[in-house]
Amino acid sequence: MLRIEGLSAEIDGKEILKGIDLEVPTGEVHAIMGPNGSGKSTLSYVLSGREGYEVTGGTATLNGVDILAMEPEERAAAGLFLAFQYPVELPGVGNATFLRTALNAVRKGRGESELDAMQFLKVARQRMKALSMPEDMLKRGVNVGFSGGEKKRNEILQMAMLEPSMAILDETDSGLDIDALKIVSDGVNAMRGPGFSALVITHYQRLLDYIVPDRVHVLMGGRIVKSGGPELAHELEAQGYGAIQEGLPSKHRFDGGEAAA
Amino acid sequence: MPAVNETIEAVQSVTESTYKWGFETDIEMEFAPKGLNEDIVRFISAKKNEPAWLLEWRLRAFALWKTMETPLWAAVKHPPIDFQDSYYYAAPKEKVGPKSLDEVDPELLKTYAKLGIPLREQEILAGVEGAGSTPAEGRMPIAIDAVFDSVSVATSYKERLGKEGIIFCSISEAVQEHPDLVKKYLGSVVPQGDNFYAALNSAVFTDGSFVYIPKGVRCPMELSTYFRINAKSTGQFERTLIIADAGSHVSYLEGCTAPMRDENQLHAAVVELVAMDDATIKYSTVQNWYPGDAEGKGGIYNFVTKRGACRGARSKISWTQVETGSAITWKYPSCILQGEDSVGEFYSVAITNNYQQADTGTKMFHIGPRTKSTIVSKGISAGHGQNTYRGLVRIGAKATGARNFTQCDSLLIGDLCGAHTVPYIENRCMSAKVEHEATTSRIAEDQLFYCRQRGLTQEEAVGLIVNGFCREVLKELPMEFAVEAQKLLQISLEGSVG
Repeated sequence: MLRIEGLSAEIDGKEILKGIDLEVPTGEVHAIMGPNGSGKSTLSYVLSGREGYEVTGGTATLNGVDILAMEPEERAAAGLFLAFQYPVELPGVGNATFLRTALNAVRKGRGESELDAMQFLKVARQRMKALSMPEDMLKRGVNVGFSGGEKKRNEILQMAMLEPSMAILDETDSGLDIDALKIVSDGVNAMRGPGFSALVITHYQRLLDYIVPDRVHVLMGGRIVKSGGPELAHELEAQGYGAIQEGLPSKHRFDGGEAAA
Repeated sequence: MPAVNETIEAVQSVTESTYKWGFETDIEMEFAPKGLNEDIVRFISAKKNEPAWLLEWRLRAFALWKTMETPLWAAVKHPPIDFQDSYYYAAPKEKVGPKSLDEVDPELLKTYAKLGIPLREQEILAGVEGAGSTPAEGRMPIAIDAVFDSVSVATSYKERLGKEGIIFCSISEAVQEHPDLVKKYLGSVVPQGDNFYAALNSAVFTDGSFVYIPKGVRCPMELSTYFRINAKSTGQFERTLIIADAGSHVSYLEGCTAPMRDENQLHAAVVELVAMDDATIKYSTVQNWYPGDAEGKGGIYNFVTKRGACRGARSKISWTQVETGSAITWKYPSCILQGEDSVGEFYSVAITNNYQQADTGTKMFHIGPRTKSTIVSKGISAGHGQNTYRGLVRIGAKATGARNFTQCDSLLIGDLCGAHTVPYIENRCMSAKVEHEATTSRIAEDQLFYCRQRGLTQEEAVGLIVNGFCREVLKELPMEFAVEAQKLLQISLEGSVG
């Protein structure tokens, strides 16, 4: 389970997260929604340990272990996975090489034996089939020349291979057509179970029709300002973020309350 | 590809020192007096029992060298070299005909073992009687020549190659056993007065490898030379000559290491290749001379002249080099494409880390019609490293339909290093086609983070990204050496990020 308490963080001296409290119990899928600039991607980078994001207060633990003190690769081994909003291209690095290197690095970190090429291929083929990915995607350079949909499917493939206990999906729905959205959602839903939790970050309610969350949280101005069941997403879709902002005390407003909303 | 994991393991196994070949072997050595003059040239020639014509040839080279000046056009900086402050001849004291490994100088064997030469080849190299008649089972044999300081210590699998008519021996031996071939081809591609360092080499070269592949023969194994500078204050001047007669095929590999020393040592080799009609020579180098320490102290000056002549129609010469070592690399493996439809290739990876400098590239001379050349150069700069690609593509008036494709990519790690690309293109033929592509990029922070989020450490991530960057070149190397090269790339870049 992921437990975040009073987490604040800044980039270049600018405070973005202003005290986040959030708990995702094991086996649950939670959604985080919020307008642009509310700190959604920052939260995902702070949790996964990207350089340049400085934690100024609070704690974050995964299954009881403090992750904020760990290197990014240690967090990955501890079970944290981030599906990137913009998956990165690695020219010349074969997708299969990358997947296998990552899988074995993580397995090693978890004290499991490494997979040889044959064992790896067997698992990879299974997972790819489930995501309707053609096998030649294994031979191509990591994300090089991939379409938007292919890149996102590749993220889900990596997630399926690495079998994290906690996945953060950062706007995985952006740039997906309806078919790809379904495939990606099926990939996530297939992993749901007692050993898997996820934090789904999205702008739109659309994704949450396919990945139905246990809880929905609204992130605005660097804080969780409202939480509720799946119906909260529909509410937001109907009324927009403005309605929520108006209902908040001024210090919780997106603009920090300095100007009138 | 499994090699990446091996790369990672290799790095993890390197604990104390990044340059693990920096050991020194304590062997009884014989030296010529320090310094360079005609007497030294005569001494070397006499020591090798050379015929009069070769002594004359050396003396002519020495006379030419004295009139020449150190080339200063390369983008490298170093204090003037005192050519009188070096030994030009150093050789392990001879012990002939050991019956078994027990009789071989154990220090020499230790050296081979540390260099990673397999036991079977060690036996053969040490000249153990009866060794080398049959290759070890279950793997592709590699015939090896080892050059220790100035002298070729031994050559393996000679007998087996001899059955095919292939000559693979030290150049000193070739001078004695095959004088006609040596006389005909020595200096025919790189003349004595070609350049300052080639002239120096021609005057004082001490050993090197000689290969002759007869007509129509496909060499059944990789031929390989290990070069090792061991003695202090010693220059190494080896000379390699490879002749591939009509319709033959050979793949040749060289690897080089040296002990860690505070002083700079000079390595000025000359390599000449000759390919006749329909012959193919593939020449691969994994150069890992000591690069100096992190502050730029010590290291090898690697000033090398390598050139191949595609004399025959449809002949092909392919250079592949992975240059990770040396304080300074000054090297332009080139092809003279005389025969019609002949092909020249140059695939290069050059890494400069800390204070290393490299000025390397190629020259492709298109003389015959429909000659074709491909240049793929990958330069990686880290630390304070300076990396220059310098290349010439010259297309003569008669090279109708000639084609060249050049691709130069530079990768920068950190903000204190430099990458430079200096391509020269001279075209005198209307029907020729010349293409040049160049890119410069950095290892991006988002690439590193992406890899680390997937469980790779920073160094594993750099290794993976650099190997990806070099993939087009590494795939040209014979399999075993590709793995070795991948390890080297990563080790060379240790500590460059962070």
